[in-house]
Amino acid sequence: MREPEDTVTLTCTVNGQPVHAQVPARQHLADFLREHLELKGTHLGCEHGVCGSCTVILDQQPVRGCLVLAAQADGATLETIEGAVQSHRVTDLVDAFVERNAAQCGFCSPAMILTAAHLLEHHANPSRAEVREHLSGNYCRCTGYEAIVDAVINTAALRRKKEGA
Amino acid sequence: MDARTPTSPASGYVGQALPRKDLRRLLEGKGCYVDNVVLPRMVHAVFVRSPYAHAKIQSIDTQQARQAPGVLCVVTGPELASLCRPWVGVISHLQGMQSVPQWPLAMERVRWNGEPVVAIVAATRAQAEDAAARVEIDFEELPAVVDEEAALLPDTPLIHPELGTNLCWQRQVESGDVDAAFAQADAVVAATFTTSRHTHVTLEPRSILASFNPGDGQLTVWHSTQVPHMMHWMLSHHLQVPESQVRVIAPDVGGSFGLKIHVYGDEMATVALSKMLGRPVKFVADRMESFMSDFHARGHRVHARMAVSKAGQIQAIEMDDLQSLGPFGSYPRGGVNEGRQVINLVGAAYGVDVYRGSTRVVFQNKAMYGQYRSVGHPVACMVTEGLVEQAAAAIGMDSAEFRRRNYIAPEAFPKKLVTGPVLERLSQHEAHDKLLALMNYSGLRQEQAAGRAKGVLRGIGLASFLEMSNPSSATYGRGGVAIASQDTCALRLLPSGTIFCTASINEFGQGANTVCAQIVATTVGVSIDAIRVSLGDTDVAPYGGGNWGSRGTGIGGEAVLQAAKTLRRNVLAFAAVLLGCDVATLEIRDSQVVDAGSTQARISLQELAGIAHFNTEKIPAGFNPELAVHASYAQRTYDGICTNGIQGSHVEVDPETGDVRLLGHWVVEDCGTVINPLLVDEQVRGGVVQGIGAALYEQCLYSPEGQLLNCTLADYHVPLAREMPDIVVGHTCSPTATSELGAKGAGEAGVAGASAAVLNAINDALRPLGASLYGLPATPQRILSALHLASDRYKS
Repeated sequence: MREPEDTVTLTCTVNGQPVHAQVPARQHLADFLREHLELKGTHLGCEHGVCGSCTVILDQQPVRGCLVLAAQADGATLETIEGAVQSHRVTDLVDAFVERNAAQCGFCSPAMILTAAHLLEHHANPSRAEVREHLSGNYCRCTGYEAIVDAVINTAALRRKKEGA
Repeated sequence: MDARTPTSPASGYVGQALPRKDLRRLLEGKGCYVDNVVLPRMVHAVFVRSPYAHAKIQSIDTQQARQAPGVLCVVTGPELASLCRPWVGVISHLQGMQSVPQWPLAMERVRWNGEPVVAIVAATRAQAEDAAARVEIDFEELPAVVDEEAALLPDTPLIHPELGTNLCWQRQVESGDVDAAFAQADAVVAATFTTSRHTHVTLEPRSILASFNPGDGQLTVWHSTQVPHMMHWMLSHHLQVPESQVRVIAPDVGGSFGLKIHVYGDEMATVALSKMLGRPVKFVADRMESFMSDFHARGHRVHARMAVSKAGQIQAIEMDDLQSLGPFGSYPRGGVNEGRQVINLVGAAYGVDVYRGSTRVVFQNKAMYGQYRSVGHPVACMVTEGLVEQAAAAIGMDSAEFRRRNYIAPEAFPKKLVTGPVLERLSQHEAHDKLLALMNYSGLRQEQAAGRAKGVLRGIGLASFLEMSNPSSATYGRGGVAIASQDTCALRLLPSGTIFCTASINEFGQGANTVCAQIVATTVGVSIDAIRVSLGDTDVAPYGGGNWGSRGTGIGGEAVLQAAKTLRRNVLAFAAVLLGCDVATLEIRDSQVVDAGSTQARISLQELAGIAHFNTEKIPAGFNPELAVHASYAQRTYDGICTNGIQGSHVEVDPETGDVRLLGHWVVEDCGTVINPLLVDEQVRGGVVQGIGAALYEQCLYSPEGQLLNCTLADYHVPLAREMPDIVVGHTCSPTATSELGAKGAGEAGVAGASAAVLNAINDALRPLGASLYGLPATPQRILSALHLASDRYKS
């Protein structure tokens, strides 16, 4: 049996940058991102896989950063909110969230943005019900969700308009 | 917008739906919550908590834990006691309220499952958690008091034998001839209403980072809090650091809802540990310990009945509320305000003068208990509006019409309630009509009737509510509690002609920054982009109450307005001296001092500020420009400014599964002057969703032994996007005359009425089957039980 302080070697790509690190075997991905890489936009709300605040993109899939061990990300490509913002992939979504006041305390927001971005990449024209369904792994305790749904729908419409133009 | 709001027509931001300036930072993951702050030599605290609801601590063996890797110290309650003065959670003007001293960590006994017992500090949180598992505590389990109804029975053990009772506080009110009213009524309706205990579930858990510097005796605390100045006082007083050497910084706060306005033992212990170690100590609660150690709220059992006439007049109400507290009065806010508001607000929306009310608050061996958004309001609303629905049905009147007949007549204001508070002015009739139009009430009723014929169980529920806001010192100060009832704003004109604004109110997502900027920009006459707002740091912001009880905009906003008026006056006076003209001929528009008549620019704020700061030789002798100003405001006319609103819910109940589908929800509320409808509307929606959570899902479940059974977000369900309806929000606007701004609270409105509206809608849906329920949350299980009970009754 491994001791708590045992470490493993991790090689992965985070936000386009190669990362090579020695990490505690038991450390989850969100702690690794926050503590080792200082990517503080990944938030921890429950650490048992429910609230969704720690959502990051692992090999193009949204995952709970608290349910994945850092060691499991070996060889993977990761994107956090910092990377999504830097690559301008979510600029229009963020604009729409600001415009619609689709956040209050902001603790759930970066993960909400990543999850919404994932939806829009796979579904150009979601219904309100589909948006609500897709975002139901991301808890928000401040808003009534409605502004968030509006912001996602508005972004989808703008993107379609841009594609069509 | 109200005519009294001082807005120059060309550049008024008050009333505009402006997006928040600080939102992009949060959305992009660049927010700074307490856990994001990392300091040199910082270490981490974790706590060993009581596994029992009530037990004697026989012995604590910390030796193994002390030897664990990375551990700096392991500290028990008695060891920490000398570093922190205990507190007693009572409010002195609530007659008869009692509690006992409480220390940061348990002393000889534990009194709830989750009470912190031992603190461990280690280099990393993981190491501290490892060490916590090595602490051995020998407990002798004692019988626990976990049933509110049994708390006052003679055979029930006492949580605090020195008090001789498990009663924390009680109040009785009697007005008019209640018995005669019930004896003579055309109909009497009654029910027993229950609400579960629930809790705030802020997504950011409670978090604190304390840094005591032994070099200069300075204590700096980064704290996820709504009330930096209150905490400033508490830390100074209890940890015995001079007030002048305490600094509290509330950085970004990840949700609060009344959770983060209390003194918590584990947080005080963290600060004491920093003082002990002379280095920064961080504590961030995990989710399981949040459920066990965050304050809980609600948890009422209310027997109530109402007497009505055939004509639809409410003639009397009698109600008896039993509220379950934790094992101590909460500090510093008492924790009995739920019961205090329930007894004040039952029947209050209808000005019921013939009233017998009783509230008893009992100690329980359950988690600490205190304020949760919309204190007591949802319970009072559920009781009143549940009785209203029953009464209307009993006399065969539509419940909307029944309400309209019972609202307080506009000419009756200010209306003194028999329980004490005075209602300044309400807009009930207007709000009512607006809501019925918004939701197409008559259309929904027709649709409901058509659906019923096909066996579709749809229900429509209304709930008219009151909302207390802008509290005076009657809430705390008068009861000897060190919580400021005033707020202060400080403004200064910077050399660039822009304005720095700080105030004692706080930002935790509701948009206080933006509200301040809107008021300052409008009042002074500058672009909103010329305002920088900084809140939440006691070294920067002036002293004041902060945000709770829907006071931020109503009280803090008025201080901001008055400070801005002073700055404007001073700028104009200075400009008049520089220009050698009459001040009455000048105005400020778009950061320019202009001629009031021609609007021709005379001097820019930048040039004027440059003279004031750099080129003082240009200032005529004998004149001293004052371009750093402040103003304070306290609402002193009423105990609080009461406002109102009404909600409507449309639901469908599945009689096979007991599931409730929310088809629509509507709110009309009156927060007086609306500073920013974009912010108000989503805050109201967020409140509605919290109220729906209480109505359908949320409950802290305890075993008979006092074990908290659901400590994860998988077991304690909070509303998800897919379960929530779109929510239509409308406003009526009756500004308070107690301030120039005229703003009243909006933060409580959503929660205040949502649970009652949903419950009434469910009962409306069930009515054809003869079923009803009055216990929240209305889980599928409870709905099916109600249906079975009704069908058994039908069979027999």
